[in-house]
Amino acid sequence: MTAQEMNTPSAPLVMQAKGIVKRYGQVTALDGTDFELRAGEILAVIGDNGAGKSSLIKALSGATIPDEGELLLDGQPVRFKSPIDARRKGIETVYQDLAVAPAMTIAENLFLGRELLKPGPLGQLFRLLDKKRMLEQAVTRMAELKVGIRSMTQAVETLSGGQRQCVAVARAAAFAQHVVILDEPTAALGVKEGNMVLELIRRVRDKGLPVILISHNMPHVFEIADRIHIQRLGRRAAVVNPKTISMSDTVAVMTGAKTVDELPDDAHA
Amino acid sequence: MKSSTRNIPWGALGPWLALLATCLFFATQTERFLTAQNLSLVLQQVMVVGVLAIGQTLIILTAGIDLSCGMVMALGGVVMTKFAVNYGMDPYLAILCGLAVTTGFGLINGLLVTRVKLPPFIVTLGTLNIAFAITQIYSKAQIIPNLPPELTFLGNTFVIGNSMGFNATEVSLGTITMLVLYVLAWRVLRDTAPGRHLYAVGNAPEAARLTGIRVDRVLIMVYALAGLFYGIAALLSVARTGVGDPNAGQTENLDAITAVVLGGTSLFGGRGIILGSLVGAVIVGVFRNGLTLMGVASVYQTLITGILVILAVAADQMSRKGAR
Repeated sequence: MTAQEMNTPSAPLVMQAKGIVKRYGQVTALDGTDFELRAGEILAVIGDNGAGKSSLIKALSGATIPDEGELLLDGQPVRFKSPIDARRKGIETVYQDLAVAPAMTIAENLFLGRELLKPGPLGQLFRLLDKKRMLEQAVTRMAELKVGIRSMTQAVETLSGGQRQCVAVARAAAFAQHVVILDEPTAALGVKEGNMVLELIRRVRDKGLPVILISHNMPHVFEIADRIHIQRLGRRAAVVNPKTISMSDTVAVMTGAKTVDELPDDAHA
Repeated sequence: MKSSTRNIPWGALGPWLALLATCLFFATQTERFLTAQNLSLVLQQVMVVGVLAIGQTLIILTAGIDLSCGMVMALGGVVMTKFAVNYGMDPYLAILCGLAVTTGFGLINGLLVTRVKLPPFIVTLGTLNIAFAITQIYSKAQIIPNLPPELTFLGNTFVIGNSMGFNATEVSLGTITMLVLYVLAWRVLRDTAPGRHLYAVGNAPEAARLTGIRVDRVLIMVYALAGLFYGIAALLSVARTGVGDPNAGQTENLDAITAVVLGGTSLFGGRGIILGSLVGAVIVGVFRNGLTLMGVASVYQTLITGILVILAVAADQMSRKGAR
């Protein structure tokens, strides 16, 4: 409910990019693109291959440094030199296929790279893990997001594809202070598994975290997104409202079959 | 149901069962096998391979391999003994120099793997030959005798037993050293952040990198640390034989890899328990010892060790296929 209320043009901008340019040699991947993410929304980013979708996401998550342009977080200019920089600012990204270490347990994966250490010299000097605290927190955080996995000490590889993706999304949601970026979270999943992940993404938004969702799956985008950012030829072609635009019009803008001016007025968001 | 049975690491039990079966076999074949004195001897024979296998396990857990471990160890042993005997250096300082050389070799391996991005197999094939050649040139292929007692200290034994119905048994300090190192390495790998990072790097390097783990730094540390363990193995080897031997480490080189594989650590990285490598080393030792007691010539022992490795990897592969 609150998410719905927040999803108005008046909702504050959490993340904003202005005139981002990224060149790879002769190729201009981003040609002065803009980007706006509002509080409490799920913003889908769609675009054809080569539209600059992944370059945009890389710039937002700190994986690449843009050549030109400005990035604002809560209205403050920021510069990310690495994904770690972005993470320190509260932006968590789930990368496609690369999210988890399959042989390690769910609890270990949740805390990988930011393990909780025992207090005192045992933790500081010997970097001894506080496994009990990590396990407890893993249980509560997964319960908060209603991820129905019972044992946090089973290896991730024993889970189904959808459950694995849920672990990755839950990890991002558990640690993100500001923004969760999801790169194709439902690719390669069956219908049931895909829906499970979509449900989780909704719960993340309802927790108050804005979500950027990159996806090729139009039905999924229309099912879940509050607004859709259409990327085309290195720029933002339009931001549309999935409740008022048809799927075919969206695809038409994405592929260039229709220009933005041909869209009905109420399609914009 | 499914997950509860999977939480039991069945794979980790394999090496122990294999060891048990091996011991039972030899116990039925020769009376002298199952005596405390003989089992203590097996542990003494195993300590060099055992400590080499610690370093080797760390590297294999990162999905690497180190073909140079035995040769680096031989160089370390020659450096320690020659510095102490020929240059009259303080023995403890000589030991430190030997450890520094082996650690340095590990560091070079690590830098080549991470910075130049060469495959570990090729890098360590190179350093295998380099270390062997330097050892031979530097020692002029001569063994170094007349060592000061500090260098052979770990070969000393003390007597336990004489109570609880056991016969008095000699235990060497080297054996104790090996066991302490194993427990230490096991705890570090299992219970510390760097230990878990090592597993993550071996299991999913990209995922590890994206969570902020500095993968290259972990790898360099692992290779250098492995070098340090080869240095300690060199000290044990010197202590056991009583000389600096430029030809040391030749059977131990591949036996160490055999021990790790028999111990259930996956060559694809990220899976395995280091205590398994100790069991693997003991299995290799028990085979060599038992076959010797049965009067089997050493070439046949090597033949059997080779078959053993292939069987172990095949069994491991098959159990993994079943698990997926």
